[in-house]
Amino acid sequence: MKILVAVKRVIDYNVRVRVRADGSGVETANVKFSMNPFDEIALEEAVRLKESGAATEVIAVSIGPVQAQETLRSALAMGADRAILIQTDEAVEPLAVAKLLAAVARRESVELAILGKQAIDDDANQTGQMLAALLDWPQGTFASKLSIENGHAIVTREIDGGLETIRLALPALITTDLRLNTPRYASLPNIMKAKKKPLEVLTQAELGVDITPRLVTLKVEEPPKRKAGVKVADAAQLFDKLKHEAKVI
Amino acid sequence: MAVLVLAEHDNSVLAAATRNTVTAAAQLATGPVHVLVAGQAASAVAAEAARLSGVEKILLADDAAYAYGLAEPLAALLISLAENYDAILAPATTFGKNVLPRAAALLDVAQISDVTAILSPDTFVRPIYAGNALATVQSTDKRKVITVRTTAFAPAADGGAAIIESLSAAIPVPRSQFVGREVTRSERPDLTAARVVVSGGRGLGSKENFLLMEKLADTLGAAIGASRAAVDAGYAPNDAQVGQTGKIVAPDLYIAVGISGAIQHLAGMKDSKVIVAINKDEEAPIFQLADYSLVGDLFVELPKLCALLSGAQG
Repeated sequence: MKILVAVKRVIDYNVRVRVRADGSGVETANVKFSMNPFDEIALEEAVRLKESGAATEVIAVSIGPVQAQETLRSALAMGADRAILIQTDEAVEPLAVAKLLAAVARRESVELAILGKQAIDDDANQTGQMLAALLDWPQGTFASKLSIENGHAIVTREIDGGLETIRLALPALITTDLRLNTPRYASLPNIMKAKKKPLEVLTQAELGVDITPRLVTLKVEEPPKRKAGVKVADAAQLFDKLKHEAKVI
Repeated sequence: MAVLVLAEHDNSVLAAATRNTVTAAAQLATGPVHVLVAGQAASAVAAEAARLSGVEKILLADDAAYAYGLAEPLAALLISLAENYDAILAPATTFGKNVLPRAAALLDVAQISDVTAILSPDTFVRPIYAGNALATVQSTDKRKVITVRTTAFAPAADGGAAIIESLSAAIPVPRSQFVGREVTRSERPDLTAARVVVSGGRGLGSKENFLLMEKLADTLGAAIGASRAAVDAGYAPNDAQVGQTGKIVAPDLYIAVGISGAIQHLAGMKDSKVIVAINKDEEAPIFQLADYSLVGDLFVELPKLCALLSGAQG
């Protein structure tokens, strides 16, 4: 079984994101980029499935600028067997990403796709579900547990009320939640080895996919700031403020 | 503009998030608002939805295929109905987030996720980067597919009298099968709809100590939330997580206890009306947006606060 894992290059989760003064977006110059954390979890899960013998090959796919090759090298260092970059400098929306990934999934005859549940930049939480739809595969989103048994994926999902378990006939799509696993750190020997693993570069035209955006971003702005509050000395003063000033208790 | 709302429910009760979504639908609609109730033996839900103010018609799809809210049959149902509507809305809950993008892709529409404001029939505001930026986006798709951030829209009140129309049976989708659910049982208010939320973080130190949050919640009739660190450490269940990738809450009063305030956590609660933070580290980022900051030992201050609160009620 081949597994496709999508990895996105995003502004590192520790970076305090700043909105550009002209409202055109957020500041990306001189900012640290990393692999989307949910995609690291996806990759870890795929590598574990390969290590357990349930999968034969892990293919990491990214869509983005030439710098996304670094993200793919990280994926290879974590244990992906090979990588594909669909190179573009355009902003690619989730629907277009799903179309590109679907084209790769068909070309590579993968039986499982594991994606992060959302990217921490656009927070869209769409791509996995869209990919499942385009491939007509069943979907197990927000997974906190995954096992492969007799041609099925058994998925425990984090839902608003607790946990839910579903059984999907393969081929299937999984999106990862935070508690699926703890991604490994790539070892130095594996980082060295990753440099020699195959990394193929494609264009959307070669895959025959139209990535024209459907949404126009008119402006990006900072959210309203909260005004600074006050310090209270102890529980008694807090109680008094909540009761008589804020009047919320 | 006719709008269809996908209702969230458990086959017996309409989820509160549906009410907020109906309010968003009414803002968007220039024509009728319909609500789709797809479930099994869900006629009580349809009756409840029919009372929502501003709703003209309930579409009731009652079939075993819809019993557990699986995405595959629901997306198929939505696309079979889509041609009658200019927009399809669902709450941005785990339910709506699971189902709606699948329908959007089948309709070849770019979904607009987590909408916090509707500026015109094609222009919307949505948070990006954990709410550190707000994007105003214009959709060029003919049909809009939207998930709604429920805290940004008031719940629709009762007062309507919609007609209920039954839809024909579902086409079975055998490749996805429900196995089971472990629902967290709680007598407390729903986290996303509660007037008061008390949230605990890693500072509580253990699952046993997290019980202090129960006492605090008891005195306030509050829902209990948690930071990711507390959930990862096993102090609290996953469905208590408040933050960018967990639940978004905006109660009248939010009390953060032993939570340092990572960007990802702040994204889930910074729209609360009054924020209280109790933390021993005065450098904790949570204090930068708290209305009332108490720098101190939570194991000393929390019991005192609980005593004062229960005294106030007694």
